[in-house]
Amino acid sequence: MYYIKNYISLDFKVPVVSTVLEFKDIIGAIKTRWSINRNNYKVNPGLYAVGMPDKTSEIFVSANYKLSFDHLRRNLNKFNAWVLVLDTKGINVWCAAGKGTFGTNELISKIKNFSISDIVEHKRIIVPQLGAVGVSAHEVKKETGFNVKYGPVRASDIKVFLENKYRSDEKMRTVNFGFTDRLKLTPVEMVGHFKYFLLVLASFFILSGFKNASFSVDNTWNYGIFPVINLIVSYIAGTVITPVLLPWIPVRNFSFKGLLIGAILTFTLFFLNLTGNNVPETISWFLINMAIASFTAMNFTGSSTFTSLSGVKKEMKVAVPLQIIMLSVGFIMWLTIRFI
Amino acid sequence: MNGFVYLKNVSTLKLDTEKCTGCLMCVFVCPHNVFEIKNRKSHIINKDLCMECGACQKNCPENAISVQTGVGCAAGIIKGFINGTAPDCGCDSSKSCC
Repeated sequence: MYYIKNYISLDFKVPVVSTVLEFKDIIGAIKTRWSINRNNYKVNPGLYAVGMPDKTSEIFVSANYKLSFDHLRRNLNKFNAWVLVLDTKGINVWCAAGKGTFGTNELISKIKNFSISDIVEHKRIIVPQLGAVGVSAHEVKKETGFNVKYGPVRASDIKVFLENKYRSDEKMRTVNFGFTDRLKLTPVEMVGHFKYFLLVLASFFILSGFKNASFSVDNTWNYGIFPVINLIVSYIAGTVITPVLLPWIPVRNFSFKGLLIGAILTFTLFFLNLTGNNVPETISWFLINMAIASFTAMNFTGSSTFTSLSGVKKEMKVAVPLQIIMLSVGFIMWLTIRFI
Repeated sequence: MNGFVYLKNVSTLKLDTEKCTGCLMCVFVCPHNVFEIKNRKSHIINKDLCMECGACQKNCPENAISVQTGVGCAAGIIKGFINGTAPDCGCDSSKSCC
């Protein structure tokens, strides 16, 4: 691979990787953020080196999702270190740890298979803190003798972590979810349901051709623009605007956050005369838009860094029936108008 | 993280202070600073920040912590509901992931 610059010969060859990202890496990262090739963006699991490591060098553990691996090597610039990449099926550290693929057994087997105890003379292995979801430090110690040192959440804090004698301070241990973090995740949200969204969009567009129960293509072209605008706005409300404004929307349930944003944007469309020609039609768009925005915003719980299973279940118990009712009533109202 | 509190009183996190030896592992692995050591014992100080990731439970050598872990992900819960399995974000398949 192009990021391998050299090899160190031990009993086996250890690839030395570059710590400077190239154009290809950046393009790969951008594509991944847009869900292009995201599930096949991998590096081979195994042992790698950065710089010229020796028996005293640190061992950093990573996942074989290339975005994770790139992030680590970029932050190991000017280091001499070993990088042990676990087979996480191309999934990032935190998600893979939740699944157990970034886990105790995989770490133990990689430590043994690559004879790490022969490669270094110390007994420290640095695992990213978010990997702790899948790794049990005391079990790794028992099986291999290695002391797992949980490194900082962000690879950019590695230098400070080492200077602090393998301790992360509270800030380095805490997961944030800042504006840019959230913004970066919105393309995947948009692409996520896009197929279904296009199907809904096309159905509404075609049904727009009906007026007084008779179909004409002219109606589709004249009226079809209303459903298209409303549906696009509600989709963006849930997949982009709610995630970006997340902490500033003053309710806690994600579905409710999306519903509010959907309502506000539908009001805006209403004032721009874009919600149809009569009251029932306007009401139908309020219901449909709020349902779509609420559902797509609720799905952002999976991308967020602070929602719990118990919490999401609790909110869904109320939100999902409500979304179904709003969508059904809204759609039936809208459709009825086309046929009377 | 003050803007990022999710729902209150939902976390299933439990800590048995009797068993705790104050080893600090829970403090080190928690991504939301849920724990604090006082008088050589761990205490849950921010329960509503808990996202049930399970890192503390996994790394407590004394088994003093219990939490029902899982994905806090609506899509995963829907998927689990449809397939009749536990909530699952589908990270090990070739399909989309969390």
